[in-house]
Amino acid sequence: MAVPAAFFAVFFAYPVGAIVARGLRDGGRWQFGRIPGVLGDPDVLGVLWFTLWQAAASTGLTLVLALPAAYVFARFDFPGKQLLRALVTVPFVMPTVVVGSAFLALTGRGGVLDGWWGIRLDTTVWAILLAHVFFNFAVVVRTVGGLWAQLDPRQEEAARVLGAGRLAAWRHVTLPALGPAVAAAALMVFLFTFTSFGVIQILGGPAYATLEVEIYRQTADFLDLPTAAVLSLLQLAAVAAVLAVHAWTVRRRERALRLVAPETTARRPRGAGERALLGGVVAVVAVLLLAPLAVLVERSFATPGGHGLGFYRALQESDGTFAVPPLEAVGNSLAYAAVATVIAVVVGGLAAAAVTRRAGPLVRGFDALLMLPLGTSAVTVGFGFLIALDSPPLDLRSSWILVPLAQALVGVPFVVRTMLPVLRAVDDRLREAAAVLGASPLRAWREVDLPLVRRAVLVAAGFAFAVSLGEFGATVFIAGPDRPTLPVAVARLLGRAGETNYGQAMALSTILMAVCAASLLLLERVRKNQAGEF
Amino acid sequence: MKRIVTTALAASLALGLAACGSDSGDGSASGAGDKSVTLVTHDSFAVSDDVLKAFEKQSGYTVDILKGKDAGSAVNQAVLSKDNPQGDVFFGIDNTLLSRGLDNGIFTPYEAKGLERIPEILQLDAGEHRVTPVDYGDVCVNYDRAYFEEKNLDPPQSFDDLADPRYKDLLVTENAATSSPGLAFLLATVDEYSKDGWEDYWSKLRDNGVEVVDGWEQAYYERFSGAGKGDKPLVVSYASSPPVLDMESRPKEATTGVSTGTCFRQIEFAGLLANAGNAEGGKALIDFLIGEQFQQDMPLQMFVHPVRMNTELPEVFLRYGEEIVGPHSLNPPTIDDNREQWIKTWTSLVVK
Repeated sequence: MAVPAAFFAVFFAYPVGAIVARGLRDGGRWQFGRIPGVLGDPDVLGVLWFTLWQAAASTGLTLVLALPAAYVFARFDFPGKQLLRALVTVPFVMPTVVVGSAFLALTGRGGVLDGWWGIRLDTTVWAILLAHVFFNFAVVVRTVGGLWAQLDPRQEEAARVLGAGRLAAWRHVTLPALGPAVAAAALMVFLFTFTSFGVIQILGGPAYATLEVEIYRQTADFLDLPTAAVLSLLQLAAVAAVLAVHAWTVRRRERALRLVAPETTARRPRGAGERALLGGVVAVVAVLLLAPLAVLVERSFATPGGHGLGFYRALQESDGTFAVPPLEAVGNSLAYAAVATVIAVVVGGLAAAAVTRRAGPLVRGFDALLMLPLGTSAVTVGFGFLIALDSPPLDLRSSWILVPLAQALVGVPFVVRTMLPVLRAVDDRLREAAAVLGASPLRAWREVDLPLVRRAVLVAAGFAFAVSLGEFGATVFIAGPDRPTLPVAVARLLGRAGETNYGQAMALSTILMAVCAASLLLLERVRKNQAGEF
Repeated sequence: MKRIVTTALAASLALGLAACGSDSGDGSASGAGDKSVTLVTHDSFAVSDDVLKAFEKQSGYTVDILKGKDAGSAVNQAVLSKDNPQGDVFFGIDNTLLSRGLDNGIFTPYEAKGLERIPEILQLDAGEHRVTPVDYGDVCVNYDRAYFEEKNLDPPQSFDDLADPRYKDLLVTENAATSSPGLAFLLATVDEYSKDGWEDYWSKLRDNGVEVVDGWEQAYYERFSGAGKGDKPLVVSYASSPPVLDMESRPKEATTGVSTGTCFRQIEFAGLLANAGNAEGGKALIDFLIGEQFQQDMPLQMFVHPVRMNTELPEVFLRYGEEIVGPHSLNPPTIDDNREQWIKTWTSLVVK
């Protein structure tokens, strides 16, 4: 527990504390008197209200669209299921800049919908809500679907034999078992949409702002650090509340449920109704999730002289936007993400081990604390790194290691959430039995623990890798100008005018998407429907 | 078992950190040498390779260029890291943000060599020499010549024209909160109609159908009919935009023009950062920025005007551009005192 605690103290609590303190301390004294002034500002209240209702609306919409998909993935067998499951998860780890530009290409001025039917959704709330569904679909499918696949369908059948109607059986048997998982998924989606930044910035235009966007504006545009600090604290408090509720639902979920192997519960869809449901889910996935990604790929090939590889070839040249050819960003990103993955797996693994080994309120609090970086404003972390880690013994500001450190911060929660259930399931008696039979401790570990934990470590590493690859908010502040990551390079290309820059951004996004999809497909093979918490 | 897992994980962490340690040592060593000087600037900075090489050869310093995002966040980043700056010289703070930099004490005074060749009107910190003017440009409304010729309508020349119903729904501008030309345009109207009258003017402009978008690229290349596929013949851009637009196709007459009564002057400054690691190198770099070579190179690199008197302008500037006489301006302390309130009022007036 010492290593993860130290990691979080140095690379999360200290930088975030430093930037908040910079805003709230004046002449060596805390100025908490500023808080009511900021909170009473009608503009701030407006931002808070928008943040809340768009998060609630996004969560509701995501549940409505993704729960049927969770059911379909849990209960039905159909060709291409594994591929589709991986594709559904790709959006979750895509950087928001890329998704934003995909949605603009689809729903913006001159976009596909505009061209076909004259429909434009950019600068409306609908574009924001749909983009949020796009991102968080996988959270619901994975969290709820994973558990659903392991619920014994015979329990519901038994209830029906005893005379309950279809709906009543579902309501009394399946719903109570699924409830905590649905609640946990909803809370995660709420957390992600509550702290939404890139989507709002790109699709919302000047008129909409979440707390996170407002923190960015107050810091980067106005340098109003006191206001930014108060808003950061407000967001931190809200996120902590959401996490506390989340931890509670997760604990309730850990109450014993009779689980069965997922392979035994899925079957081919039967009858017109079930086939229609499957078709409907596939249609929703195709329109909402795959269409934006497909548009992105299409645009990356649409050079002025017809479809071709022109934009991809242009990635090999440097043109003044960067000091290096944009293609080098691919190498940078892979290297950063690899280092970040190592850090995240080590820190997250140790944390998960510590949380498994000990119980009690302190450790449970630590568990929730590990999730906090997911809900903390990336700009706060980025600027915090900038001002806090700049003097000996921690003078890391001009060092490349800052980027993987910031990325690992977002990766750790995923590692913890993936490893926890598995570590908790390892039976201590197995190892004792091996020892009794004469195995050395190392041998016992190799033969008993490693096979059980290895898969979880691989899955966790894959998630951390994909998330690190996509991290944008904090990286953009600290990535060296000569070493841009993929998302940073995409954002910079999108910020430059001209068809070639736009095409190059699309080409780089496609590469990023391919790398993410590949690592997720690998995961999918390793994972085989394990019920993790994500 | 958990203890063993823990030990293995800890060992790999130690390995990882050891690897990081040696690498970061290399990284910081290259930045600390006396023979290199670091220029902190925004993402629009550009210079010809041979001009920079000439400076490196003649001064003996190698130059590292550290580009931030836009000018505003570059300045803010410099303010936040003033105790331990990221480099030696900052370039790109303009008159709309100057007071923020000066009041936060991010610069050390230095009287650059060659200052006497810069017109006094551009030297906004002449008394203390904390910053040195390097270039200037004007933010003005640009118009699509073809549109107005076809409609047989005179292009608007003044702010009053823009609020005239004849020009209804024709203008697109940038968000003053997020875009530097957007803010400059707002400041120009404050100068024109005074602190008490600009809000009325913007109400009229709003009623006349002004469109607001987030950034300059979007406004100029996506919404403006003169440069892109947009349908708005009027856009807030720069006085140097017409030369840039036409420099390759080289038509007989500029395809876009400038409404000369709507201009706001932006002056960009460079300054020696306080606590700079290489102050001597920084001074040499500032001298170089206002030297003949850099000043001549600049117009076609960053599309701004040199501050050095009698610097020859490139032919496309003379052919398609216009020299703006008597542009609007406001003094930096006034801007700094009111910027935030004006932007806030403007946002609720025009955007929301």
